[in-house]
Amino acid sequence: MAMWRNNSIWRYLLPGLLLCLAAVPAPAQTTNTCVECHASLDPPLQVTAEQFATDIHAQKGLTCASCHGGDPTLADMDAMSKKAGFRGKIEKKQIPELCGKCHADGAYMRKYNPSLRTDQLAQYKTSVHGKLLAQGDQKVAVCTDCHGLHGLRPASDTRSQVHPLNVAKTCSKCHADAAYMKDHHIPTDQFAKYTTSVHYKAMTEGGDLSAPTCTTCHGNHGAAPPGVDSVQNVCSNCHVFQSQLYEKSTHKAAFQRSALPGCMVCHGKHDISHPSDANLGTGPKAVCMQCHKPGDVCDQARVKILGSLTQLEEDIHNADKVLAVAEASGMEVSEAKLEQDQARDALTKARVSIHRFQLDPVNQDVQAGMKIAAKNLQAGKEALRERDYRRMGLAAALLSIFLVLAGLRLYIGKIEQQKAR
Amino acid sequence: MTWWSTGNREPSVKLLQQAYDWLDERLDFKDLIAPLVKKTVPMHGRSYWYFLGGITLFLFGLQVCTGILLLLYYRPSAGEAFESVQYIMTRVQFGWLIRSIHSWAANLMIFTAFAHMFSVLFLKAYRKPRELTWVTGMLLLFLAMGFGFSGYLLPWNTLAFFATKVGTDIAGQVPVIGKWIMIFLRGGEEVTGATLTRFFGFHVALLPGITTVLIGAHIFLVQRFGMSVPPEVEERWKEAPAEASEMKFFPSFFLREMMAWYFALAVLGVLAALLPWELGTKADPFAAAPLGIKPEWYFLFMFQTLKLIPAKVWFVDGELLGILTFGAAGGLWVLLPFFDGVARGRGRRMILGVGIFALAFILAMTVYGYVAK
Repeated sequence: MAMWRNNSIWRYLLPGLLLCLAAVPAPAQTTNTCVECHASLDPPLQVTAEQFATDIHAQKGLTCASCHGGDPTLADMDAMSKKAGFRGKIEKKQIPELCGKCHADGAYMRKYNPSLRTDQLAQYKTSVHGKLLAQGDQKVAVCTDCHGLHGLRPASDTRSQVHPLNVAKTCSKCHADAAYMKDHHIPTDQFAKYTTSVHYKAMTEGGDLSAPTCTTCHGNHGAAPPGVDSVQNVCSNCHVFQSQLYEKSTHKAAFQRSALPGCMVCHGKHDISHPSDANLGTGPKAVCMQCHKPGDVCDQARVKILGSLTQLEEDIHNADKVLAVAEASGMEVSEAKLEQDQARDALTKARVSIHRFQLDPVNQDVQAGMKIAAKNLQAGKEALRERDYRRMGLAAALLSIFLVLAGLRLYIGKIEQQKAR
Repeated sequence: MTWWSTGNREPSVKLLQQAYDWLDERLDFKDLIAPLVKKTVPMHGRSYWYFLGGITLFLFGLQVCTGILLLLYYRPSAGEAFESVQYIMTRVQFGWLIRSIHSWAANLMIFTAFAHMFSVLFLKAYRKPRELTWVTGMLLLFLAMGFGFSGYLLPWNTLAFFATKVGTDIAGQVPVIGKWIMIFLRGGEEVTGATLTRFFGFHVALLPGITTVLIGAHIFLVQRFGMSVPPEVEERWKEAPAEASEMKFFPSFFLREMMAWYFALAVLGVLAALLPWELGTKADPFAAAPLGIKPEWYFLFMFQTLKLIPAKVWFVDGELLGILTFGAAGGLWVLLPFFDGVARGRGRRMILGVGIFALAFILAMTVYGYVAK
């Protein structure tokens, strides 16, 4: 009822309100003759109204003139006259400095985005890109190559070229182009390899935007390949425990002596795959045997470590199987199933402990996991025994009930026969 | 002579005989059970429907017994309810059996109560003078559904939590008093531990109290008026009185009823042992509702209908219209015998048609509710 009354009020109020709104003068539109003309030009001179409208700079109130100079309020070519301060097309080598005019100015940037860093230009100058640009290399990336030109979106926008999901593709525009990179004498298969990696899968399939992409390891504005000595530092940003264990291991010193790049020796570089116990084996995925000889002390330890891990994995699998059967039979085994996660955690911990390259730490974790898995297996077996016991009980109960039913039927027959006589 | 009399009496049997004699002298058993001895049950082709009421009563008795046993360990608080049921299921000797029987018997009881109601409807057993028997029976059916709704929340698992949220939300849609009903049921704006405590109170005190009184009234009325004979059988017997047949309630019908109870017990045993009632995961009020959440089967036909009604029917809110329609239909259903009393010929056939439609509608919507995503 109340809703109806309200509706009636709106029926009279709404037209009046609309009339009032129509009478209010619209705010004056800022004239931008640049877009008016450039929208009808062919690329690369074309800038559509849509591109301009979606550009973060335009949204913040900047105009074409903010970068290119000129006066967009004037008509025709007057807008692009020298008198109006028109700078025309910005030369590539001038771009970092032009962007840096605002983006390196902390006081200015604070007005728009106080949390945005203002060291991009300084970092860029330390990057391989920046250094080569300073040497006159026109092929290297400048701000607009990665961030885009017109229609530029913030990095948090999934349509931005520098959104985590798109970074690798953006880098690959140059770095996967063998002809373009010919003069720089570096490989161009990084992107192809990266797309096969566990990191790429975590990013694209798992939707984990914190998964590493090119800039995570190489840096963004200060992009440069990490040196051999700093590889471990780069990986340890995410893989903290592995790094701490590796730090104490004998491999650290051995790799340093041979100038080997730490983590990469076993795990690879751009095509890092998900590590598996097969890496400790002797098959095609083996990594230990790339350096160690069969039968040496390290190989013997490897065999024991692999054996321990395999045993724990089997124990967990066996307990899972029994618990699944018990659960499918309607038995309450949720507690044991929950504890199985602890056994799995112990297996993960044992696999991390491998980075210490010693048998004891791995065994310690494996033993802890085996104890839990054994307890859960026992719980599953007990549940199955209980299930069988219940079924036996049911059979006995059904037999008794059947006998009572038969007895009752006979008794009813008997008393009714007696009455009939 | 008593039914345990033996020729060669043991001292213990002698003591029992003395106790019996002592009580008999004061209570006069013969006079007390005279109505039962005299009572007869009509025998015809549809007499087997008479067992349904007794089976429902037996299942209610089981509910009381298993419910009392569950009370020994159950703890009605959001922090302990789930764990206490888990404890009953895993640690308490035969706890799994008691809980499974309680859950399965609850469902079977509602099923037999529905079947009993429809058998009474189609056999026209609600006719004068049994109007009040029908009314008390219908109220008992609603109470059984109330038992189901309140008991479903008690294990405090995810499904129960969200089903209660949806169910009380629907109650909140009732015009004028809906909001008040919802807050009364929930013990606040949201489903919380307060709702659990409240539902526990309804389930173990309020509903059993009312149910006991109504069962007493229902059984009294059944005894008072005896079993109804379907109109067409009654007609036939009038034309050919020699065809009329009946059996003694005690012991003939009573022993047959016992056979039906034993059969129900066997079904319950099979269900409890082979398909123990699952516990699910503990309710997390901050988690998102599971997809495709559905109420218990006996509410499913109403739930599915409410889902199918468009958001707006002309200018009325669709859900509200559905709730009002179900409320009105329930009310009219309770008063059915009074319409039958005034209706003649075509009107009575219409009542039969409505009954068949209601049964088909409930069955179809329940199946649809299970199949629909």
